[in-house]
Amino acid sequence: MSTDVKVPQAEVETEHTNGNGVKLPIYMDNHATTPMDPRVLEEMLPYFTDKFGNAASRNHSFGWAAEEGTETARERIAKLVGATTKEIIFTSGATESDNLAIKGVAEMYREKGNHIITAVTEHKAVLDTCKRLEKYGYRVTYLPVQKDGLIDLDDLKRAMDDKTILVSIMFANNEIGVLQPVAEIGKLCHERAVIFHTDATQSIGKVPVDVIKQNIDLASISGHKMYGPKGVGALYVRRKNPRVQISAIIDGGGHERGMRSGTLNVPGIVGLGKACAIALEDMPQESCRLAGLRNRLRDSIMGRLDEAFINGSMEHRLPGNLNISFAYVEGESLLMGINDIAVSSGSACTSATLEPSYVLKALGTGDDLAHSSIRFGIGRFNTEAEVDYVADRVIETVERLRELSPLYEMAKEGINLKDVKWAGEAH
Amino acid sequence: MSYSDKVIDHYNNPRNVGSMDKSSSDVGTGLVGAPECGDVMKLQIKVNPQTNVIEDAKFKTFGCGSAIASSSLATEWVKGKTVDEALAIKNMDIVKELSLPPVKIHCSVLAEDAIRAAIGDWKKKQETGKPVAAEVK
Repeated sequence: MSTDVKVPQAEVETEHTNGNGVKLPIYMDNHATTPMDPRVLEEMLPYFTDKFGNAASRNHSFGWAAEEGTETARERIAKLVGATTKEIIFTSGATESDNLAIKGVAEMYREKGNHIITAVTEHKAVLDTCKRLEKYGYRVTYLPVQKDGLIDLDDLKRAMDDKTILVSIMFANNEIGVLQPVAEIGKLCHERAVIFHTDATQSIGKVPVDVIKQNIDLASISGHKMYGPKGVGALYVRRKNPRVQISAIIDGGGHERGMRSGTLNVPGIVGLGKACAIALEDMPQESCRLAGLRNRLRDSIMGRLDEAFINGSMEHRLPGNLNISFAYVEGESLLMGINDIAVSSGSACTSATLEPSYVLKALGTGDDLAHSSIRFGIGRFNTEAEVDYVADRVIETVERLRELSPLYEMAKEGINLKDVKWAGEAH
Repeated sequence: MSYSDKVIDHYNNPRNVGSMDKSSSDVGTGLVGAPECGDVMKLQIKVNPQTNVIEDAKFKTFGCGSAIASSSLATEWVKGKTVDEALAIKNMDIVKELSLPPVKIHCSVLAEDAIRAAIGDWKKKQETGKPVAAEVK
């Protein structure tokens, strides 16, 4: 194929512009993934071609050039989270990092104990890893969350016993953006000599993460959630106070201090490093800008629509996250009505399992409102004009669908929907 | 999830949206599904008591685009049919017409249920003369 082939337009929607100069479609699903920052791509490109060497080749300049790239990246990642370079292990992404952290600790500390504590709102990469360990004889406690999405520290204290080896609680939730009290969780763990892992995928580069101040022993990091490339991530593994050891889950050439074998994904790692460097520099002003946009979107929607409910704590929350349930409107049909905007829904219809969001259910949100939820993920490349456009489109579509909704009609007639005997309840 | 053009058309231009007086003796109302399941359809028919022909049909649906399209199509199809002809509409006819993928077949089942429930309600009214639809505990 010749190199000047014209790349076809994305099939989602033909790009066009509305009256206010907003380019459509709008991407506002930055918890799913982020577009790569052009500065990241620029830094990566030489590592595909000129600097293609294997970072493990110690005897020639090709290997040295590649290694220089990966070691710069290691420094940048370490700096962002307050770690040292020897504590950063490269992986293929946060799912692998979660697997490595949890299975690695489980195997290494098997003689000390077999009890793991996590929470019901964790990402599947953590929950399903824990479920697998249960099959191998580990005991797992899945902590509930409070209405605001945060765990209760007293629940955590009560759950810990002398067989507890690991606590895995995410830093920020991927659906509702709530920030768990990681520093306090880490402190409780360290007081009891329990290892603390946090899936920091959504929080790294968005809010300050400091492994020392926050008492974190293991932290999962992903490239593509922070304007870096897909297919690359890292795991922070604490080396002192306490020194944490993990068993490898991928065996081979002994790369990454024996914890993760496999030739390093040099361009990806270089990209992840650059993404961290940009995030560190931009975070103070960018997090304020994002919070401003998010609050603008929230105020606009909540001010103009009745019976819209915010899911999760607003106080302890990622700056770019908003998750709202629109009563009487099903989430997937709402997404269909705003098809020039990319967001996500907790509706069953948008999931493979046909179950509504387990995260929202864990907050005590009823199934009906879980079906009606939309997650907005505002990111680095969103503008105020886009936020205003999204608010207008969401509001007009919710209003249109409510006119179509028998539930809205019944509610307006004063019928309590909870008292209705639904024919489909046996489903 | 990509939708067929017909689903998109029904979603953007739903036919026969609205409500009829459910206490009227010639109106049959079917309310099926449950909010917890993510789908609720209300389908109403107005039947000519002399001919048993469905002269008008209205719907309102809480559900995904396929559920809205299935119920919108159902109202189009039942209009002009006799009650017995309408009962012959099968969910798989709706699946075919709208090219629904396997995960959306339940939407067509619900639409068929809604037609049957509406007709059942109308038939009961003809026997007892009393509305029984949308019971509230």
